[in-house]
Order: sequence, then C-alpha cells, then structure tokens
Amino acid sequence: MRLYEYQGKELVRAHGIPVPEGYLVTSPEEAERVAELLGEVALKAQVLSGGRGKAGGVLFASSPKEARKRAEELFSKKVHGYRVEKLLVEKKLRIEKEIYIGIIVDRSTRKPAIIVSPKGGVDIESVPPEYLKVRHLSPNRGLSDARDLTSFLGMSGEEWIIEKLYEIFTKYDMQLLEINPLIYDGNSYIAADVRAIVDDNALFRQNFEINYEEMNERERMARERGIAYVELDGDIGIIGNGAGLVMATMDLVYLRGGKPADFCDLGGGADRERVKEAIKIVLQHPSLKKLLINILGGITRCDEVALGILEASPNVPTVIRMMGTKEEEGREILEKAGIKVEKTLEEAVESVVKWS
Amino acid sequence: MVLIDENTKVLVQGITGRQGRFHTGAMLNYGTKIVAGVTPGKKGESVRGVPVYNSVDEAMREREADASIIFVPAKHAMNAVMEAIEFSLNPIVVITEGIPVHDTMKFVEKAREKGINIIGPNTPGIISPERCKIGIMPSRVFKKGSVAILSRSGTLTYEIAYNLSSNGLGQSLCVGIGGDPVIGTDFVDLLPLFEEDEETNAIVLIGEIGGDAEERASDFIKKMKKPVVAYIAGISAPPGKKMGHAGAIIERGGDAKSKQRALQEAGVRVATTPSEISNILRGIVGTDGRKLE
Repeated sequence: MRLYEYQGKELVRAHGIPVPEGYLVTSPEEAERVAELLGEVALKAQVLSGGRGKAGGVLFASSPKEARKRAEELFSKKVHGYRVEKLLVEKKLRIEKEIYIGIIVDRSTRKPAIIVSPKGGVDIESVPPEYLKVRHLSPNRGLSDARDLTSFLGMSGEEWIIEKLYEIFTKYDMQLLEINPLIYDGNSYIAADVRAIVDDNALFRQNFEINYEEMNERERMARERGIAYVELDGDIGIIGNGAGLVMATMDLVYLRGGKPADFCDLGGGADRERVKEAIKIVLQHPSLKKLLINILGGITRCDEVALGILEASPNVPTVIRMMGTKEEEGREILEKAGIKVEKTLEEAVESVVKWS
Repeated sequence: MVLIDENTKVLVQGITGRQGRFHTGAMLNYGTKIVAGVTPGKKGESVRGVPVYNSVDEAMREREADASIIFVPAKHAMNAVMEAIEFSLNPIVVITEGIPVHDTMKFVEKAREKGINIIGPNTPGIISPERCKIGIMPSRVFKKGSVAILSRSGTLTYEIAYNLSSNGLGQSLCVGIGGDPVIGTDFVDLLPLFEEDEETNAIVLIGEIGGDAEERASDFIKKMKKPVVAYIAGISAPPGKKMGHAGAIIERGGDAKSKQRALQEAGVRVATTPSEISNILRGIVGTDGRKLE
C-alpha cells in the first residue's frame, strides 16, 4: 500500500528528521491562507503515484493570490488518473545540495538494499552509475555502520539520518522508503519528498488507515471480497483460480485473436458464494460479451464452482473448463443445466473466441 | 535424488488446522512418510495417526524427521520456520500465503547461512511423482518420469504437468518455487541440482511477469548441457497492472517479452502456449511411452 507524501513525512518527522514547514489543505482558500503565513510556497498534489512532478502535480507560487490560483488548477486536474483532493502547501526551501536516499526490499538478493546518490532531485534511473552507491544489509543484523554512505554523500557525521530511515523502513514493514530529495539548505538536512510503500501482508500489525488506489466500483467490490480483479479493455471475461493460470488463460485468448476484459483470480479453495460474486462482478464490465471460466481443482472443488455458476446464471455466452477435484460432479451439475464443459484449455479458448 | 525421495521423513507444522489436516491425509495417501506434527498446545492429539507435539523441539526428541512442511498462519509463520531451521530440517516447504516480506527476508537469510533449502513461501510444494509429495498439489496429474518442472505458479503447474503426463512425459521432480517477491530457493539455486541429477533429462521452467528470476536463470542456462524448455505467463498483461501475485508486479521487473528473449538467447526453447511444451519436449527427449489415463 502506498502512503501519501504527507503520511510519509509525518513518520519521518516523528523520528526526528526535519521536513519542510507546511500544511495539508483541501481548498484554494486554505492554500491562500497558508501562503500568507509561509511566503513563497510549493503546492504539491497528494496522489498515490510516482512521477507526480512530471505530470504537473507540483506548482510554485510567490504570492498568496498566486497560491490560490495554482491550487485551483491542481484541484481541477487529474494526476495519473487520480483526482486531487488534498494539497500539501510547503514553504519553498533554499537549496545547496540535493541528495537521494532509497531503501528497498531487493527480491533478487532477498535483502534490504540502501541506494544513495549525491545527485538527488531527479529520476534516480537517470543518474550515472558513478554517482550511485548500493549497500545490501542483513535483515537479521541490520545497519551497523553507515559511515561509508555518508562520506560518499559528503555528509559525514550525519549517519543518524540513514540509521533513522532504516529504522522506519523496518518498523513500518516497508517495501520502499525513498527520500528524494533530501535537501541541505546550508544549515540542516530536510526531507523534501517522501515516498513509501507498506507491505500489504503486514498491514495486520500496523496502524495505517487503508489508502485505496484509484479504482472503479467493480474493482472496489472485488477488493472488499478479497478477489483479485484487474479490469482490461476487451470483451471476453476471464475467471480462474491461481494468478499464473488466469494469466496463461488470458494469454491464450489473446493469442487466438480474442480480447480479455479482465483478470479475475478466485484464489485457492473458492466456494460457490465466492464464485457467484466473482461472476457478478465480471459481468458488470460494460463491454463484456462472453465469459470463460477455467478451474483447476486442487483445494478448489469443481462441484462448488459449478453450483456458483448456476446461481450466478450468467446472461452471456459462457464456456467452462474444469479439471481436478470433484470434476465429474461439477460437469454433471453443469451439463444437466445445459452448460457445456470443455476438457482442455485449448478447446475452451477456441470455443469462446469463435462463439459469436 | 534432488531434495527429497521415498525415504524422506516429514514433519508437518500447523498440522491441526483445516489445511494441515486435509493435506496430511492426502500426503499419507500418496506414500509420504510423515513422522510427526506440531501445533502449540495440541500435544497428545493425533491427525490420521500422526502424533502431535507442542514444538519442533519436543517432536524431535521422540521422532526423527528430515524435512518440514509449514501450514502455520502468516502471523506466526516466521517463528515456525525459525524453529525448523534450528533443528536443521531440510528442505522446509512453506505453503503459507501472505507472510510479511520482512519476516521472509529474516528466515531466508538464516536458512541460507545454514545451507538449508526453503521452498516458498506461497508455494504448492514439491513432488517426486510416485515417491514422495511434500505439498498441496493434486497428485493425479503427476507421473514418474525424467522431466523436471520448476515453476513460480501453482495451478498453472498442475495444468502443465497434466499435459506432460497425458503425453507420456513423466516427471523426475516438480518444484513450486513460490509466488512471493522474496523466496528461499530460486531457479538459479535449483538448476545446478538438475543439471547433475541422473534421473532428469530435461527441465521445464515456468515463469511469469515481475522480478528478474528468469533473466538470472538465463545466465546459468547458457552453461548447461541439459535442454531447458520455458513458458512465461503474462504476455497479454498491460504494463503497470498488478495481477494477483505480490511477485508479479510488472514495473519492478521484465515484461513477458523481455523474459522470453533472455531465455531464447540462452538457448532455451520458449513455448507460447502451455500445451506446446510437450510438443517441444517430445522432439528433444522423446516420450517414455507410459501415458496418464
């Protein structure tokens, strides 16, 4: 789960790292008042996506009137598809140095990695390798000595900043914590932007409110029911159990000339109720014309799936493929109701793509 | 033998839960030697005749086990795995889904320092057909033979195994490496074992979008003698969309096309559909003549 910039900054500030003086506002009038207080300001759209600056989500103002106008602009636009509901209005900083510090879970080494650069404030991908330093850490032993990193950054003696950031990264179960830039204003170091992603699997032991990424009604319904649903722009609804299998089913539909309308993964051990709900969600896609359900029974029982399909009674041409646990029973239930069940994935895909 | 064989003695952690009970039964039916189960507070109970202990320590005082399979819920999974590591059980198959990634990093590091293979988390497990199953996969789609399957996926592996078995291509071993972003044992850790394994003639690698496990595997495959056939799921997935698995976040790794390219450059035959895998294999190693009914 992504955190908003202002949430990340609250955490960083609570651990003693300075952030710019600023306020969260929800109207242009408030933005104007904040500018009266702070003078020259930066207005930053609070959205759950990166690349906000390039998308025009950050504007500057040198007077309260201008701040109001810029705030109006930001509230009326979408940044990467997100409506802007909140702005962070901050005092503009004096910049002597801009530094990059990122901490990520590096899946290939299976360890946290700290990435630093003295050339912060830009896309870290565009920084030449000689200005980057990467250090992998032991997840069990943590960060014992950050002096090599601070000396590379020209901020020797400030190891505490990196130590605190690593503490935040582990304490809040983060997959990513990125300060870009960390600004030196001639006096102290200030975290001018904070991006953070918290591990969804660890939300049970954290106290964050859930931030919903921009999603439509169907995606929200699926999420509330724990069904993995991603909407696409085709017309053949796809439902299956297991992410790899659903992707392979989509791929085959696509290779045979069809267009998948969604990715819908029931997960393991779905019962009839869950199957029914998933079908209902998929059917609401506005351009849906056909439906393909592919089930490989292991902990999922084909008879339960069959009953869920009957209860949902889809009103579009529907092709079912099922195999595995209680396959015969499932097939019998569906065939009694006049629904054909295909034996192989290839046959099922062929049949749904050609059906017109 | 790679990782397990018919003599592997298995401990089941989280044996009294719904999944633990069910799959203990299924594994016993398959012939797996399950010697003990563990659930804190449930000492003295038994599941399908398997005695239950409060801790791995207690179980190991009275029984001898080589490997462990873990069904413990995500909240408590790290402690369970750490216990298994302490007693040098190997491999440790972690079925549990949804373990916090910081926990996984910790137990994976510990295990690797001790030379222990963690399979998973979020894996269907490992099966040596007709000999030993330490996992939750439906047994009947697998058949003994000489093709090894290494996969990041669950049900897609069953699909492909069924297709191979139906075409007279049995398997020496099938390993689900797990769908999480951080896993204990990767393609690159397993490939050398199969290159050496006398019972394996060819390897099927099943990958998917996200991460760079397939790209790193390609570097090793270049040096291999045995043929590798691969299938990558997610060719039709739009960039930036998360397709269920925490591991399959496309923006953090190669898309399906670039994975296919990396594998092809390493000499891998890449199948574009799951059923094409058996066609390719038949041309390379031939079938063993025994088809699955």
